[in-house]
Amino acid sequence: MQTDVLDGGFSNPPIDAAHVFRGVMNAMARPGKIETIQGVVAPPAPLSPAAGAALLTLCDPDTPIHLAGSFDTTDLRTWISFHTGAPFAGPNDCVFALGHWDDLGPLSSYPIGTPAYPDRSATLIVETDNLTNDGQRLTGPGIKGAANLKLPETTAFQKNHAQFPLGLDFIFTCGDRLAALPRSTEVS
Amino acid sequence: MMQDTYNFAYLDEQTKRMIRRAILKGLAIPGYQVPFASREMPMPYGWGTGGVQVSAAVLTPEDRFKVIDQGADDTTNAVSIRSFFERTAGVETTTATEDATVIQTRHRIPEQPLTEDQILVYQVPIPEPLRFLEPRESETRKMHSLEEYGLMHVKLYEDISRHGHIATSYAYPVRVEARYVMDPSPIPKFDNPKLDDNPAIQLFGAGREQRIYALPPYTKVISLDFDDHPFDPSKADQPCGLCGSNESYLDEIIVDDAGNRMFVCSDTDYCEKRQAAGHKGKFAA
Repeated sequence: MQTDVLDGGFSNPPIDAAHVFRGVMNAMARPGKIETIQGVVAPPAPLSPAAGAALLTLCDPDTPIHLAGSFDTTDLRTWISFHTGAPFAGPNDCVFALGHWDDLGPLSSYPIGTPAYPDRSATLIVETDNLTNDGQRLTGPGIKGAANLKLPETTAFQKNHAQFPLGLDFIFTCGDRLAALPRSTEVS
Repeated sequence: MMQDTYNFAYLDEQTKRMIRRAILKGLAIPGYQVPFASREMPMPYGWGTGGVQVSAAVLTPEDRFKVIDQGADDTTNAVSIRSFFERTAGVETTTATEDATVIQTRHRIPEQPLTEDQILVYQVPIPEPLRFLEPRESETRKMHSLEEYGLMHVKLYEDISRHGHIATSYAYPVRVEARYVMDPSPIPKFDNPKLDDNPAIQLFGAGREQRIYALPPYTKVISLDFDDHPFDPSKADQPCGLCGSNESYLDEIIVDDAGNRMFVCSDTDYCEKRQAAGHKGKFAA
């Protein structure tokens, strides 16, 4: 039995999850705003502490996860299974997806919700090497005037926004920091 | 005093995760009602079970929690929910609007403008603004997905043809970011302008009806109206009897058997602060 799989989770789940959720909620409510998640989890590589904390806060047996590209490793699968109990699925059936931007595509494979239930859509957790407030200009709900966030590309997010109220929501993670881009945000 | 026999903030972790996922989707689709698996709470439906579940999912131990019921901090509903979270989450509570980080409210928005560091949680009885016009959930879902909101304007128009003005005075329907028509919960229409462009995060929880919806900060929220009958956020045309304020929303109180009445601020924290600062109305002691 690998002992390190059992380590690195929340030490006090109710309190740690409440703190992480406040960060994730603030990020989703204020697109482009970078939130720092205090060092509460230590997931195995290549998963960042911020993405690990978000998974432990939001995922459970009700939420199939898609692991893309280099994130689909045995270590990571066992760690996520042990700490969340979430099943794994392909992009078509997932509620959360995790990976680098280049591995996650094509975005058309993910559920974007239905006109009656636009909430039945995937949330993509995108691991990035660089999370900064320069780059694309963001406007929309949650943003006073305009905000800026470095995004891996522009057109994919414009297409996603054009489907509103359907669409995907994104959480970008880098080390212990994260930012979010919901479908309601206009990117230019 | 926190009791160790409860999980932090009463709900179990899996329930909180389910509610938290619903809140995130609600924030991503402003004004859209996200279904959630509402739990039975240790209080009856109609006493804020939706708001309590949302508060339980967002509270952290460092928060300062305020609860208002029709603007008042000292009514049964407010007192019992405040002590519920003192016991189950160990959070500090306050009655001062500016000191609170999370405010749960039944049917008012505080007079004191909110800030970016605050979260306002509404208790919602009927989340569907079209429900009294169309009882079938399958139909109202379709109407929302097709943006078919003509019926709501017909209802407001019927108000005008019958009363000469739009007589809806609370739960006045709004349009969020030119997309979803939303019920702002039974706040007086006087409070509707505060929904728009508010720096705080606004979350709505309906326990019996099992819906959560949200307004991110700085979201555009317009009250429905007509060009020739513009929206009018009216209130009683009186100053507060205790603090003399002309700006606040007022409750009418019958004071004797001869039909005499006084008007007082519905927001008790606002009124008490003004009285403490020396403002006096004509009924002030």
